[in-house]
Amino acid sequence: MIDFVPLWTIILGLAVFFYVLLDGFDLGVGILYGFADRREARNLIMNSIAPVWDGNETWLVLGGLGLLAAFPLAFAIIMPAVYFPILVMLLALVFRGVSFEFRFRDAEHRTFWDHGFCYGSAVATFAQGIVLGAFIQGFQTDGRHFTGSSFDCFTPFSLLTGVALVFGYGLLGAGWLVVKTEGTLQAWARNKGRWCLIGVVIAIGTVSLWTPVLEARIAHRWFDWPNILFLSPVPVITIGLGLWEWRSLNNKSEVAPFIGAILLFLMSYIGIAISLWPMIVPYQFTLWEASSSPSTQAFLAVGTLFLLPVILMYSAWSYWVFRGKVRADIGYH
Amino acid sequence: MSLDPLLLSRLQFFWVIAWHILMPAFTVGLASYIALLETLHFTTNRAVYLRLSNFWTRLFAVCFGMGVVSGVIMPFQFGTNWSRFSDATANVLSPLLAYEGLTAFFLEAAFLGVLLFGRTLVPRWAHLIAACMVAIGTLFSTFWIIATNSWMQTPAGYEIIDGRFFPKDWLAIIFTPSFPYRLAHTVTAFYVTTGFVVVGVGAYYLWRKRFVEDARVMVSMTLWLLTVLVPLQIVLGDMQGLNTREYQPAKLAAIEARWDTASRVPLTLFALPNETTETNDFAIELPDLGSLILTHDLNGTVQGLKDFPRDQRPPVAIPFFAFRVMVGIGMLMLLLIAVSWWLRLRRRLFDTRWFLLGCTAATPLGFLAVLAGWITTEVGRQPWTVYGVMRTAESVSPSLTGRDVLISLLGYAIVYLIMFPAGGALLARIVKRGPTTEQHAPVEGGRAREAVTATPQVTEKPPLGAGGHS
Ligand code: HDD
Ligand code: HEM
Ligand code: HEM
Repeated sequence: MIDFVPLWTIILGLAVFFYVLLDGFDLGVGILYGFADRREARNLIMNSIAPVWDGNETWLVLGGLGLLAAFPLAFAIIMPAVYFPILVMLLALVFRGVSFEFRFRDAEHRTFWDHGFCYGSAVATFAQGIVLGAFIQGFQTDGRHFTGSSFDCFTPFSLLTGVALVFGYGLLGAGWLVVKTEGTLQAWARNKGRWCLIGVVIAIGTVSLWTPVLEARIAHRWFDWPNILFLSPVPVITIGLGLWEWRSLNNKSEVAPFIGAILLFLMSYIGIAISLWPMIVPYQFTLWEASSSPSTQAFLAVGTLFLLPVILMYSAWSYWVFRGKVRADIGYH
Repeated sequence: MSLDPLLLSRLQFFWVIAWHILMPAFTVGLASYIALLETLHFTTNRAVYLRLSNFWTRLFAVCFGMGVVSGVIMPFQFGTNWSRFSDATANVLSPLLAYEGLTAFFLEAAFLGVLLFGRTLVPRWAHLIAACMVAIGTLFSTFWIIATNSWMQTPAGYEIIDGRFFPKDWLAIIFTPSFPYRLAHTVTAFYVTTGFVVVGVGAYYLWRKRFVEDARVMVSMTLWLLTVLVPLQIVLGDMQGLNTREYQPAKLAAIEARWDTASRVPLTLFALPNETTETNDFAIELPDLGSLILTHDLNGTVQGLKDFPRDQRPPVAIPFFAFRVMVGIGMLMLLLIAVSWWLRLRRRLFDTRWFLLGCTAATPLGFLAVLAGWITTEVGRQPWTVYGVMRTAESVSPSLTGRDVLISLLGYAIVYLIMFPAGGALLARIVKRGPTTEQHAPVEGGRAREAVTATPQVTEKPPLGAGGHS
């Protein structure tokens, strides 16, 4: 039988990365929305993502179901372990998701839905960051079950990753707004982007130093000879990207800040992957130990390899339909 | 008092899925209706179809939004609250759920944006295709989720190794014995539900003498549709009952509150099932009809609950009453359809005020029947999550405490009690404003408008005869 685990590692890795980018910028836009004080600016900011947010969030569903399908043991251990962050994330996403429609149709409670949109985005992001932190720290298990408490996931480290992700998504959101807006709003987005970048750089630095301290295995992975030689490009490139992002937020380039933010995420993602490989339930189960049956993976792979490119094509088309700058004179409906 | 994480998880699952299913119950049918209206407008160019399509699309957008956010919650429930179930069944069920995401959710999401905001940005045919794609997406979604649920009801095509399910035959897993019946009955239920909403709203306008032309089209067209679908639904329900008798006899016995196995059993119209004495109190019964309906044979034998050990019986009262609510609503719907024909043939359909009022009052019937039907199905499956193989008690996450689940249940309760009523109020407001000619002002990119303007110059044809096109 062919080993499908590498294929599913790639597919799931891509799905999660797509989610982080797409819902990342769109949650980030929601976070920044809270700092915009003019009505027109808020309308524009929201309209810049109204046609695409649903598709972006669908990657979250795919990530969850993909994990269940390819690595069910990881799903069964991790989900109860991060019970409350997941709960909070889902509830926050409810408020955020409905506020698109409700804000425009329910003028009397507009402030409420405005808050729902911005706090919903921020809280959902923070909760996702906690999940990430808890994941890096690992879980207490017995056999195939999580045996810790539902509150184990709240640690100083996971709170830090929570804050880090808020800045990170904020940076992505600012990059998106620079692409989609012009004039004063764009300048405003650049300014917010600079603040987020400062936060991101501090966060990446702290997390990078903290993880090896947290887990000796991660320290060995990075600092043992000759790994340190091969892996040193990762931090070097990341630092270079940070500088480039700062410059492009300050000069006239319209697409570069968004690209820079994406690449910064990519490098962090690679960094985490290097730290944890080949674990899917960190320090307990490898990708192979947690994988579903070969028949399951094969059955799903057939359709996925055909459907994913199609999905990417028509999703790209729907972005293409709404390309260009959002305009001030046109409302939601 | 100690809080039971199992009981609370069940309550929580009931709470989140009951709200969730109300949204697809409406959006599945509505997506198809909008696609139909778009097609009619595309081919006939009559403005009324465009107005109606825009109107129902506004309602659709609100419900779809609530459907998505409540749906995203659902797969995570499996992991957070039912982790042992997930671990045990993932090899078999996860591809079905994942295919739902791949074939349905992305399709809906990508084309929804174009449907809602893209009328002036894309060519007319592309907008029509977007409408059709959204409708197809919702049907794919129903297909896969019903396949998943049917496997849990009547599992097939698997083997068990070390307490976990492994796939043996994928076709058998997707097309389990109850799947075709359940799918047909559910999709028809969704169409019927939507149909009664459309009729209800149209009748309300006729009653208030507003938007009369649009309302006639809504009411007449949809009553035609329901004339076919409601009887069909009853036939499909009967077939599903036969199927249940064969594959889930304990559930059927609970639905009928039948304790002893017997032939020529009566039809129990009403009773208070008593689980301690294993009898029915205050039973009202029609002789022999039970066997006729359940086996299509006057002498047919129906199994009773006493054939099953007590720890393998579902609760009796809940499926018994829920089933009667559903069937009662089905009969009520049939009656309404019959009355509509009686009036239509007298050309009084659009101005009989008590009938219009009745139709308006019938708006929520479909939703109630859908909920009742699902409660029958799911409670009747107890005490199993995978019928006859895996118990609900063995499915819950071991790490959860009662307090954990109480907190999350309260969270869902509060948030849903804010969101769904707010959504309902919004829907009511949209209905009050009615199918005005106001266009969707689309979200646009900053390109030149000329190149992309695609809204046709609509030319109003003279309306058909006084009776609309009934
Ligand atoms: C508009 C909604 C609606 C209406 C009018 C009816 N049903 Fe129904 N019914 C459903 C909506 C529904 C449902 C919500 O869609 C269910 C739940 C699970 C399923 O497959 O369909 C269901 C389940 C369901 C089941 C349980 C299947 C099982 O064992 O799991 C039976 C036996 C019937 N139905 C039979 C009927 C009959 C005889 C009806 C005649 C009046 C009827 N239904 C009307
Ligand atoms: C793979 C998918 C599903 C899983 C894992 C699942 C599992 C469960 C579980 C564990 C319960 C709690 C048991 C109980 O309350 O007694 C439940 C109840 C319920 N489920 Fe399912 N179910 C699934 C699919 C569905 C579907 C598709 C529907 C359709 C609407 C549905 C509707 C319900 C309802 C209404 C209840 C409430 C019954 C009750 O709590 O008494 N479920 N389900
Ligand atoms: C436990 C079972 C269920 C799970 C895990 C689930 C999951 C989901 C998710 C994640 C979404 C949002 C999709 C998006 O992002 O666009 C959704 C929407 C949808 N679901 Fe469910 N769902 C369940 C029960 C049901 C049932 C019982 C039905 C119908 C019989 C159904 C049919 C649909 C449909 C048609 C949609 C799209 C339309 C809409 O959002 O209103 N689902 N579901």
